[in-house]
Amino acid sequence: MKLTGAQIVCESLLLEGVDVVFGIPGGAILPLYQTMSSYPDLKHILTRHEEGASMAADGYARSTGKVGVCMATSGPGATNLVTGIATAQMDSVPMVAITGQVGRAALGKDAFQETDISGITLPITKHSYLVMKPEDIAPAIKEAFYIANTGRPGPVLIDIPKDVFTEETEFIYPETLDLPGYKPVIDGDQFQVEKANKLIAEAERPVILAGHGVIISRAYNELLELAEKAQIPVITTLLGRSSFPDAHILFAGMPGMHGMAYASLAIDEADLVIGLGMRFDDRITGNVDLFAPNAKIIHVDIDPAEIDKNVKTDVPIIGDLARVLRQINKIVKPKTHTKWLKRVEKLKIDHPSLRIRETDKLLPQQVVRDLCEITDGKSIVVTGVGQHQMWAAQHYAAKEPNLFLTSGGLGSMGYEVPAALGAQIGRPDKVVWSVAGDGGFQMTMSELATIVENNLPVKFAIFNNGYLGMVHQWQDIFYGKDYYATSYTGNPDFVKLAEAFGILGIRVTEKGQSLDAIRQAMDHDGPVVVDFVLAKEENVYPMIPAGQSTADLMEEKFDDMEVSKRGYIS
Amino acid sequence: MVQDKPGVLNKLAGMVRRRGFNISSLTVAHSEQNNYSRMTFVVEGDEATINQVINQLYKIIEVVKVSDITKENVVIRELALIKVATTPTNRPEIFQLVEVFRSNILDVSSDSVIIEVTGDENKVDSLLAILEPFGIKEVMRTGRVGLIRGISNSI
Ligand SMILES: Cc1ncc(C[n+]2csc(CCOP(=O)(O)OP(=O)(O)O)c2C)c(N)n1
Ligand SMILES: [Mg+2]
Repeated sequence: MKLTGAQIVCESLLLEGVDVVFGIPGGAILPLYQTMSSYPDLKHILTRHEEGASMAADGYARSTGKVGVCMATSGPGATNLVTGIATAQMDSVPMVAITGQVGRAALGKDAFQETDISGITLPITKHSYLVMKPEDIAPAIKEAFYIANTGRPGPVLIDIPKDVFTEETEFIYPETLDLPGYKPVIDGDQFQVEKANKLIAEAERPVILAGHGVIISRAYNELLELAEKAQIPVITTLLGRSSFPDAHILFAGMPGMHGMAYASLAIDEADLVIGLGMRFDDRITGNVDLFAPNAKIIHVDIDPAEIDKNVKTDVPIIGDLARVLRQINKIVKPKTHTKWLKRVEKLKIDHPSLRIRETDKLLPQQVVRDLCEITDGKSIVVTGVGQHQMWAAQHYAAKEPNLFLTSGGLGSMGYEVPAALGAQIGRPDKVVWSVAGDGGFQMTMSELATIVENNLPVKFAIFNNGYLGMVHQWQDIFYGKDYYATSYTGNPDFVKLAEAFGILGIRVTEKGQSLDAIRQAMDHDGPVVVDFVLAKEENVYPMIPAGQSTADLMEEKFDDMEVSKRGYIS
Repeated sequence: MVQDKPGVLNKLAGMVRRRGFNISSLTVAHSEQNNYSRMTFVVEGDEATINQVINQLYKIIEVVKVSDITKENVVIRELALIKVATTPTNRPEIFQLVEVFRSNILDVSSDSVIIEVTGDENKVDSLLAILEPFGIKEVMRTGRVGLIRGISNSI
């Protein structure tokens, strides 16, 4: 049957199981939009900004494990997608971005709204296509979805000139893929698996460092089995939060720049670090020369390029994490590490990184705790970037897997609004809480309109400190308190703002109001914005300054602590 | 070995640059297989660096096979075209050098000649050094191309 290029896009998307796309139309992509109007099974969510579309697709993808799809027109539409695409690339999120392009005859002539979007996104996509013939559309879409969500997931861009959408051709959806250069390794090399097993058997002070890969590969049970069988404490990265239950006795926190001190210190003392689906990011390692100085390293990752990139590995295993863990679990011998586990417990007691000081003030840390209490650790939490993100990562003790969505690699402020929207669409069965910074929220708050339009009951907790708090903190500690360009003096009234969007707004200024406000938000069946007007000047601790080690660890000091340790902040 | 697709060279060059590696020479041309090109490029670095380059290159979907041929038994050649200034008096001397280097004269004009030389980098370098005093007007070098001896390195 002959179909137009635009019809082929729609048919192919349906065949790939797509049910929702996020985007904004415009001239170059209009032929596709005018075709989508007769495909009711492809639900289109009209965002207010294309960054909203790409980040909503990201939130949808992370919360469901499915490929998130976003669309934009050529030129400014396409460039507006860029931050969301880069966010997805850095955090290995499966995404397909479809952009309209100027007609083929106009390509390369600086035509109206022409940008070389495949060129612009070259370093921030896993792969990209500029489709020059309608018969190339179906193979491109088939390949794009496969590439986006296999191996190490990532975003794929498909750029289609306007006149390719309207030209007709025979529609044949390819059954096979022709990708001779793309063959992700799935099973771990048995020889390496056995070497890993040997190291695990010999280790006296092992730790597991669990990353985003556990969530992507849904290796929760396999991780649990390994940890329990060999009695290994589990530390998670920022993107690994909620890959292992916080309440588990073997859970030993999050390490790194704003991680729990005991997690970083445990890595210092460990004689074996088992990195699972993580990439030894600099926020975790600090100074790599001083990272895990006593440890051998096993590194399991699906991406061969991560092996030995940041940290030299003793046993590399390339493969899908769940499969590799099953291979390891099959041969690993039950072990106990009583002494080591006691030592880790001692570190937790000596370094109470999650302790919150007694005060009448409305502390952000306490707000996260309250959120966790009222939601029973079962809501999806989507954060922005900054202090509130770190407090959320520290204090939201998720009880189920994959509840913590955050822009870890790129650190994109503004993620908190559209990604929460996308997550809510992906998981209508879940309460979605956006833990938002007052800064980040204002970058993408126009998506509140999209939320209202689509009856999405997303709850927002704005951590309103009147600052670009994390930058303010750096100025405080590293730039002699030169607070330049980090203070908001003209923030809107977020309650009135919510009301202007037709959303319930609640303001919390006192410590005592927090629990009730969160409860009220949960009970309200619609979106809610809670404006938490916080104690200002609060810093995130613990902190290991960039590029340093635990020797430079800064922790909050409590009056009743008699231990005097290095680097306490008073 | 890479698939012949638009933009592949750009992707490779971009990847290598972005990761902070330095390409000192690069050649691309069709291979013996349809729809595939063979690229030879020279990146300086220790083993860890080269492994990183290889792994990063494999991330490019069109890249089918990467071999570090430095460690292999390889034939490496480079071709250079050299335009040298001549006078009627020194022309015979230049012609003699060309013969010694088993290179060819491609063009003779009143005040210059174009010489074609093929060989490893050293040979090209030494011919250039010897011709230097006569006055080199232009040089075009292809950069190194290489193949592993014996076994087939096809995909
Ligand atoms: C798009 C973007 N611009 C700038 C930054 C740099 N930056 C990191 S944290 C931060 C402050 C964020 O402020 P806010 O959203 O209010 O969160 P807070 O730290 O106050 O909790 C800034 C500006 C960033 N990460 N992303
Ligand atoms: Mg703020």
